[in-house]
Amino acid sequence: MTTTTDPQTDSFHLSQLLYDSRYRSMTIQVVALIGFVSLVAWLVSNTIVNLEALGKNFSFGFLGQRSGYDINQRLISYSSDSNHFTAAAVGLLNTLLVAFLGCILATVIGVTAGVLRLSRNWITAKIMTVYIESFRNIPVLLWILAFNAVMTEGFPSPRDFKGDNATASMLFNDSVAVTNRGIFAPLPIWENGYQIVVIVFLLSIAAIWAFGRYAKKRQELTGDILPVFWIKLAILVLPVLIAYFVLGRPIGLEYPELKGFGFKGGLNIRRSLIVLWLALSFYTGAFIAENVRAGILAISKGQSEAAHALGINPKNTMSLVVLPQALRVIIPPLISQYLNLTKNSSLAIAVGYMDVRSTLGGITLNQTGRELECMLLLMGIYLLISLAISGAMNVYNKSTQLAER
Amino acid sequence: MNKSVIFGVLTVAGLAAGTASAATLDDVKARGKLNCGVTTGLAGFASPDANGNWEGFDVDVCRAVATAVFGDPNAVDFTPLTSATRFSALASGEVDLLSRITTWTFSRDVDLKFEFAGIAFYDGQGFLVPKELGVSSAKDLDGATVCIQTGTTTELNLADYFRTNKMEYEPVPIETNAEGQQQYLAGACDVYTTDSSALAATRATFENPDEHVVLPEIISKEPLGPLVRHGDNQWGDIVRWTLNAMITAEELGVTSANVGELAGGTDNPEINRLLGTDGNLGEQLGLSADWAKNIISSVGNYGESFARNVGSETPIGIARGLNGLWTEGGLQYSPPFR
Amino acid sequence: MSNLSYVRTDMLPEQAPPAGQSGIALWLRTNLFSGWVNSVVTVVVLVLLYKVLADILPWFWNGIWVGDSLTECRAIRDERGLESAACFSVIRERWSQLLFGFYPKHLYWRAILALVLLFVAISPILFDRVPRKLFMFTAVYPFLLVFLIWGGSIWGPLMAMAGFGVGYLAYKVIATQNALLGLIAAFILPVIWWIFIAGPLAGAIHSVVPIGWEAVESKFISGFMISVIIGVSGIALSLPLGIVLALGRQSDMFIVRVMCIGFIEFVRGVPLITLLFVAQLLLNYFLPKGTNFDIIVRVMIMVTLFSAAYMAETIRGGLAALPRGQYEAGDSLGLNYWQAQQLIIMPQALKISIPSIVGIFIGLFKDTTLVAFISISDILAFTNLIRANTAWNGIYWELFIFVAFVFWICCFSMSRYSMYLERKLQTDHH
Repeated sequence: MTTTTDPQTDSFHLSQLLYDSRYRSMTIQVVALIGFVSLVAWLVSNTIVNLEALGKNFSFGFLGQRSGYDINQRLISYSSDSNHFTAAAVGLLNTLLVAFLGCILATVIGVTAGVLRLSRNWITAKIMTVYIESFRNIPVLLWILAFNAVMTEGFPSPRDFKGDNATASMLFNDSVAVTNRGIFAPLPIWENGYQIVVIVFLLSIAAIWAFGRYAKKRQELTGDILPVFWIKLAILVLPVLIAYFVLGRPIGLEYPELKGFGFKGGLNIRRSLIVLWLALSFYTGAFIAENVRAGILAISKGQSEAAHALGINPKNTMSLVVLPQALRVIIPPLISQYLNLTKNSSLAIAVGYMDVRSTLGGITLNQTGRELECMLLLMGIYLLISLAISGAMNVYNKSTQLAER
Repeated sequence: MNKSVIFGVLTVAGLAAGTASAATLDDVKARGKLNCGVTTGLAGFASPDANGNWEGFDVDVCRAVATAVFGDPNAVDFTPLTSATRFSALASGEVDLLSRITTWTFSRDVDLKFEFAGIAFYDGQGFLVPKELGVSSAKDLDGATVCIQTGTTTELNLADYFRTNKMEYEPVPIETNAEGQQQYLAGACDVYTTDSSALAATRATFENPDEHVVLPEIISKEPLGPLVRHGDNQWGDIVRWTLNAMITAEELGVTSANVGELAGGTDNPEINRLLGTDGNLGEQLGLSADWAKNIISSVGNYGESFARNVGSETPIGIARGLNGLWTEGGLQYSPPFR
Repeated sequence: MSNLSYVRTDMLPEQAPPAGQSGIALWLRTNLFSGWVNSVVTVVVLVLLYKVLADILPWFWNGIWVGDSLTECRAIRDERGLESAACFSVIRERWSQLLFGFYPKHLYWRAILALVLLFVAISPILFDRVPRKLFMFTAVYPFLLVFLIWGGSIWGPLMAMAGFGVGYLAYKVIATQNALLGLIAAFILPVIWWIFIAGPLAGAIHSVVPIGWEAVESKFISGFMISVIIGVSGIALSLPLGIVLALGRQSDMFIVRVMCIGFIEFVRGVPLITLLFVAQLLLNYFLPKGTNFDIIVRVMIMVTLFSAAYMAETIRGGLAALPRGQYEAGDSLGLNYWQAQQLIIMPQALKISIPSIVGIFIGLFKDTTLVAFISISDILAFTNLIRANTAWNGIYWELFIFVAFVFWICCFSMSRYSMYLERKLQTDHH
């Protein structure tokens, strides 16, 4: 159809725009651009016409209006007198909270399940297979609803803690109550001098990091392996404990109490958060487990045999030889699992967790009737979160990929 | 090429789906069916049976309008809508009529540009609590955990009520009534709040209804009614007068049992006008002369529909109360057929 | 020489291995009780398993299948003196509704036939042994599906199908004069055909030769059926779009590449539920005033765009996995870009992508449950509708288990198939 050699003529014909490979890609791009721009223009003009016909305008002014509804879990101060913008911010923080917690737990569950599925213990391996196959093949929405039903019906109500013949009791010396409304736990109260303890704590973390580097360098130079984990734990715990007691316990605890209708005071981790967190983590964990298993299996047996031949013990074989190589295979799919988890957190409304989809894209949208603005904002927010996660993880991915030659 | 194929096919499919024009009655007649939006399931108001037939009080309003237009109570298709999607479904023309326990408010009428055809059900927001809590008034609910359906006016009423009474509460948002029931029964919330009719319907299905009580306070006015799009007055009139015909029929003692007999002509001129034996009210609406007769004979009058779906003889067991006729101490009052 | 032998000449009879080295005992020891850690784990797991199952199994086995309401179920349970029992009567009464939704009962066979034919249509893609001629059927199947599920006049789908014929003919006729004009005509004429001619023509022919059967409107297509239809059509329609996007993303042309990357990353960055809300709430703003799309078609568009982005990434992975030599081979044969793609690159890239495409399909299939949020009565939304009936108010687990079971069967068999395929494709590497 087309010639592979370019005609060597000085004169320019219009047909050259299509047949001359020097110009053709230009033409296609221009056509594509014009098509794209006119599509956008068409959509925008339609929207303007439709908005006018409905007597609506395009404005984000509603964000400044009084919201009028309450949100139970708020990480920043908010009441029904606050505006819709604050409500959206509360929702966004809730989304980020559950996504952050979910990613951590999903990784833990996923790595554990992935390793255990390869376990030599038959029953453990089989149970992990059942876990992975059932979570991978049933919709996440159903899992969220099922977890919710289990927690609602399987745990005692605060009422069961009351009275002389209470059927439920608090755990850990009356400090933690597990109810179907959530978990009530002690909340730290900051008293005079707590700053020093916090500073000591931060210093310990810095020291741990420094020690980790030192231990690694030492191992590379001399081959000695220090009991890194125990030393790090000691650095983390001991100075803080000493500071805490020397300063006369500046950090107290506020315990939850049975009062009125339920528990008052202390830290209240609501059921909606727990359910969503667990359901998303277990669901995503099943996918991560498969990635981890694939990653471990991708490392040839020769690698671990070589490590054994060098006299490296099995634990260090895993942590120093197999896992670092497996990570290169595991991390790219892990990024997309994190993204999936974050996006799936938009199902929060199914259990009444007030994430950004439930506040901005739910109640606010319903009360103000601003579908266009709310949905655009919502999509923008999710897009930013996704880009941030994939950006951060890609940086980490690059750093692990450098090990490759 | 491939892209164009997809879009082409979709364009065909989309255009074939038709467009919404200004005259809803013509559209409905051309289609041969009424599209009616109802809830995604609330006992007594709208729910499908095992054969997919819808039944309930809201459903009866839809059937009445279908009967008025076609003379056939089954010439209606039901679209279950969530509280979040109901208004856009009506605005976009996906449904011709929304009969979905929707509260008539200023902003929905004026800002969202809908027209409420009347009040089919006078409701108000109430509280359901277990008896064992020993609460006798909503004023005692300080610090309670409250289950509440999200995306509804009840959410705002609740916030206002607790704020004005200087009480604290913990809202537990839920998506559906079924879920609210589950949470409430498991004790995950102390109180369940929604329209008191729905509370009664929910309580009726408990294993032990006697252990629960609806508190006397009604904290809001919830006039529920069918609504249509702004700007099509003929269609709005049809829905409004369909509802009025049902109420007037009850007031005049016209029931599905005696309507055939009464349609033969009576001494009461208003009955004659209503049933089309006298005057041309049906024609003025763009309907047949016996439109109201058809409604009464197939759906029944207001009282019959109430009694069949939510009345005290049903498991839901709601007393007429505010929904009684004005002559019997209630608020249901239809303008005259004249 | 005396007949003295130091070596035994006759074989000893084989002996059974010592106890504990064979059969169940050996299996138990190696798989469950090798070392004390393993033994402890086994015991703990067994105890936990027993605790969980002891609660669930009686409830399940004592399940009651008779009765017309939850109250009756409870009465029967008490009558039989059972502590806990599932009330599966709801499944017995409503299973057809959960699967087919509001689809007319006397037309269930059409939906089932469509499903059976779906397997016939995809069999040449899934299995090598199936005669290649079946691809003809695969090409016709989408139109057949529309006719089976939606019903109505047969001329609508036929006219839509004729659009492809129009394009082909236009290309054949005009390309002999001018290849370029032919290409453009093959592109534009079918679109004109579909938009302006197909509809009225189908109507006209139908009024003369009315062939057709009972039509079913989209809003009656619900229950589990809607998940299958949205899932299958989403994947099928997104495949061509995904190929275009994948090629665009790898293209040398800057603007095309940027547009493709922008689209893919945008769709992958937002949750499906927001796209569905766009379909439900915003599409009416974006399209010309008065256009009123069928909600199912709107959802299909969004699901297609959604899965196209994922499809593009999968196909890109397939393209990347092809050895560089394949591209060079195409060049050395003197094939141009499209010829090389069509004859060499795509067939191979798509083949290695099939397992991942099945993976995308499983994900998409599960995600179709989200349509419940935009008022489409899928199987999960139906559990709510059933509960709204006074007879079944308060029933949860039985319905959840049924829904989970249905999804599990479908997704598990698909994932097994994709594993089988992966193994089959792997053979040439080892």
